[in-house]
Formats: sequence, C-alpha cells, structure tokens
Amino acid sequence: MNAVRKKRLYIVLALVAGVGIAVALALSALQENINLFYTPTQIANGEAPTGSRIRAGGMVEEGSLKRSGDSLSNEFVVTDFAKSVTIRYHGILPDLFREGQGIVALGKLNADGVLEADQVLAKHDEQYMPPEVTKALNESGKSKPQTKEGGA
Amino acid sequence: MNWTWFHKLGSPKWFYEISGRWLPWLAVAAGVLMVVGLVWGLAFAPPERYQGDSYRIIYIHVPAAFLAQACYITMALAGAVSLIWKMKLADVALQQAAPIGAWLCFIALVTGAIWGKPTWGTYWVWDARLTSMLILLFLYFGVIALGQAISNRDSSAKACAVLALVGAVNIPIIQKSVEWWNTLHQPATFKITGKASMSAEMWLPLLISVLGFYCFFVVVLLLRMRLEVLKRESRSSWAKAEVIRQVEARS
Repeated sequence: MNAVRKKRLYIVLALVAGVGIAVALALSALQENINLFYTPTQIANGEAPTGSRIRAGGMVEEGSLKRSGDSLSNEFVVTDFAKSVTIRYHGILPDLFREGQGIVALGKLNADGVLEADQVLAKHDEQYMPPEVTKALNESGKSKPQTKEGGA
Repeated sequence: MNWTWFHKLGSPKWFYEISGRWLPWLAVAAGVLMVVGLVWGLAFAPPERYQGDSYRIIYIHVPAAFLAQACYITMALAGAVSLIWKMKLADVALQQAAPIGAWLCFIALVTGAIWGKPTWGTYWVWDARLTSMLILLFLYFGVIALGQAISNRDSSAKACAVLALVGAVNIPIIQKSVEWWNTLHQPATFKITGKASMSAEMWLPLLISVLGFYCFFVVVLLLRMRLEVLKRESRSSWAKAEVIRQVEARS
C-alpha cells in the first residue's frame, strides 16, 4: 500500500471513528427517550412522570389477572421481579397475553400508582418452541374445529 | 505484502469473466436452498406453541433482515475500497447493491408489521429496533438518490462511499438495540455462543433459507454489476465483442 492510499485509509478510519463517537454520545444522552417503556422499578422510584401517558413493561405476575365478570375490564400486576405495578385495562387483551408473558401497557399513572392503560401490547420472547407432540396430537384428534390462535 | 491479486480484482474485464463462471453455480444454489428452506419452513416445520402458524413469517422476515444488514456492510466495505484505492469496480458494487438492500429492508419491515399485528397487537411501535431498521431503509434511499443525482461519476462515487461509510454506524445499533434499550422487539434468538432458543426442526429450515437468501443476493448483485460494467466499458473492444455475442445468442 503506497503512502497516498495509507493516508486515505487513515482519513476513512478517522471518519468512521468520529461519526461512531458522535452517535454514541448522542445515543447515551438520549438513553431515557429511546427506551420504549418504564420498568416497574423505575415507576416505583418515581422516574416515570405522573399525569402524562407513559408505557410500562414487564412480566405479568402469575395468578394476578382478575377479569371482571360483566365487562371487558381487566386488572393485573406487572413485575420485573424487584418491584411491581398494577395495571387496569378496559378492552380485549391480545392473543399472546398470558400470565408469565412480557407485556407493554400504554396509559396514565393515577394517584394510587395504578396504571390506567388504554393499550396493551404483548411482547414475544426469543423462545420458539413447538407444542408438545402429545398435546398437538390430542388437539388434532379430538377438537378439530378449535383453530389455533393467530393462525390467519 | 503482495497486492497484485487485489488490483486484478479491480479490472472490469477480469471481473466480468470470473463472475460469469460463478453465476450458474450460485444461481442453482440460491434456487435450491430457497425452495428447500421456504417450503420446509412454511409448510412442514411444526407450529409454534403460542403463536400457532403466524410465526412462520420468520422464514422470510429473518433472512430479509439479515441480508438487509449484510448488504449495507458490503456497501460500506466497497465504499472504503473505492475511497482508498479509487477502484471503479467497488463503486459499481456499492451503487448496484443499494436497491437490492432497500428492497430487502422493505420486505423485513413489512413482514415484521404483518407479524406484529397478531402477536403484539400493533403494526408499528417506535422502539429502538424498528426505528433503527427504518433509518437503514432511509440510508439506502439516500445512497440511491445520491448516486442518481450526481452525474459526474467520480464525485458520485465519492459521495456515495462517504454516505455508505457514515451510515455503517447504524448497523451495530440495529444489532445491539434489543440489548441496550427496552424494546418491544424480542432479543436475538440466535447467538454466536450458546444454544439457539429454538428447536432444531424450526431453525434448520431457517438456516437454509438464510443461506438461500445470501446466494440470491450475490446472484442479483453480480447480474446488476455485470450489466453496469458492460455499460461503463461500452467503448472497449472486449465489451463490444461481448454485447455482439449476447445479441447473436438471442436471435
């Protein structure tokens, strides 16, 4: 490699490094705004603003889901295994919503620290597993009309 | 270090001959791998326990997203070569790869949105992974527009190379976004170290599909580059002879 090319190589490296550092600084300054949701710990520590719409995310605690008998109201607890936050939601929960599953809820925190959600999104984890073979066989053998969820 | 092999790569005539020899093999590999991977994944792989059949879109979504990023890395490397060595062929590769990458990125975004509706409950959410992927699409648009807007070949090569290099900063952000920030998009299923969080009968067709997409990308890129090389070298005797040979073969 001759001297001119070497010089151009250094210019290219400096360009990429410079832009990389600038973007890294900008992103670390914007850290809080890039996070899609607040964790229950952040909400418990008062990092989330009250009165404005925020997103809260975490795992739905096992056994915490309470469905109202006569309306579409639901109440459940979302946890990050350190702190937890109660979420109230009026509407149909997504197909993938289940206890032990990650969710993100959009809504306002009220004075009691309960999130009044107007949208609930299910978060899918990185695990992809086929259903157990026996269970699949039973389903296909016995209850044919029962369609699989989200199978459209 | 001996650089002759590298400079030989910059010769359009040599590139045209060698790529012509590789193309049929690559095309066959792309066809076989894509058909096997997609048919296996879309029709024969087991359904997922929670999502049922809707997860099958990953057999298109994941390869398209992989390739959209791999294509940009290729463009950034070509940009570096074109800036440092002033190699014309690197500029051809950069500008011809951009539309392919843009389409792959678009496919990844659209299939992701289609999957997001039944799974998450929304088509789009402004989380770090989705947004950085959208920025990648705009970077592709930028490279295409810049290449078309500047008529002087040398300055357009320089401008596109700089944009491709600068935009490469976005690639690690896309890959690490699901670890650095809270996102709705799930973290990577495949890790370089450790076991994949997926059963073998699901990831095997996915792997074949990804390899098929890689071959497909190389085939399309080589075809586009060969055409562009013929256009740019249209005044040289070998290119004229090649065009005449092709026209005669058609008639």
